[in-house]
Amino acid sequence: MPKSIIRARNLTKKFGITQGLVQKLQGQPKMYVRAVDGIDFDVYNKRSLALVGESGCGKTTVGKLIMKLLDVTDGKLWVKGRDITKLTDHRELKAYRRTAQMIYQDPFSSLDPRFKVFDILEEPLLIHGIGDTIDERRAMIEEALEEVRLTPPEEFIDRYPHMLSGGQRQRVAIARCLILHPTFIVADEPVSMLDVSVRAELLNLMKDLMDEEDLTYLYITHDISTTRFFTEDIGVMYLGDLVEKGPVGEVLDNPLHPYTQALLTAVPEPEPDRLDRIKEIPIKGEIPSGTNVPKGCRFHPRCPYAKKICRKKQPREKTVDHKLHRAKCHFAGEIEFKMRVRKVGKGGKVSKVEEIGIDELRDEETVPDELK
Amino acid sequence: MNGRTILDVKDLSTHYFTSKGVVKALDDASFELKGGQSLGIAGESGCGKSTLAFSLLRMVQPPGRIVKGSIMLDGVDVAKFTEKEARKKLRWQKISMVFQGAMDIMTPVYTVGHQMMEPLYYHKGIKGKKGREICYRYLDMVDLDTDLFHRYPHELSGGQKQRVIIATALLMEPDVVIMDEPTTALDVVVEARIMNDLKRLKHELDNSMIFITHDLSILAEVSDNLAIMYAGWIVELGDASEIYKDPKHPYTQKLIAAIPRLHMDMDRLEYIPGAPPELTDPPSGCRFHPRCEHAFDRCMKEVPKEYDVDGVLVKCHLYAED
Repeated sequence: MPKSIIRARNLTKKFGITQGLVQKLQGQPKMYVRAVDGIDFDVYNKRSLALVGESGCGKTTVGKLIMKLLDVTDGKLWVKGRDITKLTDHRELKAYRRTAQMIYQDPFSSLDPRFKVFDILEEPLLIHGIGDTIDERRAMIEEALEEVRLTPPEEFIDRYPHMLSGGQRQRVAIARCLILHPTFIVADEPVSMLDVSVRAELLNLMKDLMDEEDLTYLYITHDISTTRFFTEDIGVMYLGDLVEKGPVGEVLDNPLHPYTQALLTAVPEPEPDRLDRIKEIPIKGEIPSGTNVPKGCRFHPRCPYAKKICRKKQPREKTVDHKLHRAKCHFAGEIEFKMRVRKVGKGGKVSKVEEIGIDELRDEETVPDELK
Repeated sequence: MNGRTILDVKDLSTHYFTSKGVVKALDDASFELKGGQSLGIAGESGCGKSTLAFSLLRMVQPPGRIVKGSIMLDGVDVAKFTEKEARKKLRWQKISMVFQGAMDIMTPVYTVGHQMMEPLYYHKGIKGKKGREICYRYLDMVDLDTDLFHRYPHELSGGQKQRVIIATALLMEPDVVIMDEPTTALDVVVEARIMNDLKRLKHELDNSMIFITHDLSILAEVSDNLAIMYAGWIVELGDASEIYKDPKHPYTQKLIAAIPRLHMDMDRLEYIPGAPPELTDPPSGCRFHPRCEHAFDRCMKEVPKEYDVDGVLVKCHLYAED
């Protein structure tokens, strides 16, 4: 078993909702949004973890808690054996942040437009007092640019962000992290604003850096299709809770939780023969508000398989075949997921629902020969 | 109207005359769209796909201008329309469009209904109860509660707003509906639902649709035909499933290989090295040659013709017979 770099137990973050004067006088109880609601997970050394889920599920909050951009409400969070919830001293925090870095979603707003690439990369060095002379720092900056394949570095070092393409900017953002030689990087949707080819190039690069720089990523994304290539483990979040987690191939091929299964159904895949086929999305409605989390299993109002027990009792983590693959569902492993498919014909007439096993659907997948 | 050619675009070129030079954003684009058919247009950002859409609607902003070609819509060349004619006869009546980031184009100060009724009033003079009924019908068609008609945009979720915009685009029963990135910025579950609705609507209304997106996996779900664009050119055009299964142009091959797959273990993702060219000074010969791994001498010198390979038009010297 590899040793864990990040270990979270009962990790909780509540945001208080501001009350008006009238509500205060009426003595209404204070309301909270439970953005992260008591989750347990581990990120193992050199095994990146992907957190996926719809917007508002709390995945970004988890990233911010780890970066100490937000304070934990309850629970424990160890990073390399150290409980970072207790870190308050300024100097200790600074030392911690040198080992933990973050890449943001939007490369167009995360770089200061008035800074040259050199200044952008020099700033973290100055803050942490690394490199005594400007020449020393310049050498480090050039090295970092080379690592993210912005070569030759002399060509990029004096440019402003507006002179770079989206992919190049995101590389500068990665270089800004790497220059401090962190142990792990929280990447919050790092490629979601980029074109398909640039996205592929950048994910390849980030994966290479993992080996070269001895890095581990916490990869936060809504795009499940990129996780299989990029990470080793995956966690699926729903309404502040981690409903399923495990090795990525295991979770994607044999989902145990109905929510994971629904998310997988929704991912568009390049299969051109299905023009007249409608894959029914098995979940109803939209994600409920975090102030009013449903009782019992929080997914039960939208779950097509919900039974009486789901409304009453909160499910615990269960494992089925694989030791590390766990899901919070009363019926994990007992439900046989079927894909419900309809056909549309002339004039928009929709045929009756046909049930297809998930495996069957997967077998028809069209993949260009050269990829096989 | 099924099977009849609705839209016939020939050699359409749109250039932007900027102070830095002429940006050849769209060059010699030709394609046909039949009634009830859908065409997917894919390519990286800056390849000219949005310029193509704006040209069809005659909405190219100065310094841009259509410099060449024809857009035959129902036997009339709309490329020759004056601005007034385009406004009166073309936009929303014949061709409507769901714009990129459409969720943010609604005015917060008017109700959803007010904004939906606007085109009906201006183009056909329909208002009051009659207009409301038409709107209800279309709201229902995109799976929305007619109750939403009286609400304000801020009371709607992102997916609901997107559906309202789609309903508004269908309202005037146009021959062609253009969808420019209709589901970006939406969650996968919402996206899948909207795509399902679009699939159903395509059959139900039997009008032609043009989908523009950089995401090839979404296009696979809705397009009969596919046009792959690179640096202002349509480099491959033909039947969608043929192109997905057996991409001909080296650019298309790379683009499809770059899609990460859910159920396949991959060591590396394919990508296209380098960046798309500046369109003020596109590369000589084939515009893709600096990034193409199959490039040979001829690619640098000569602009490739379009070759018919298994029913797919490919703009690449690899398929030249001579």
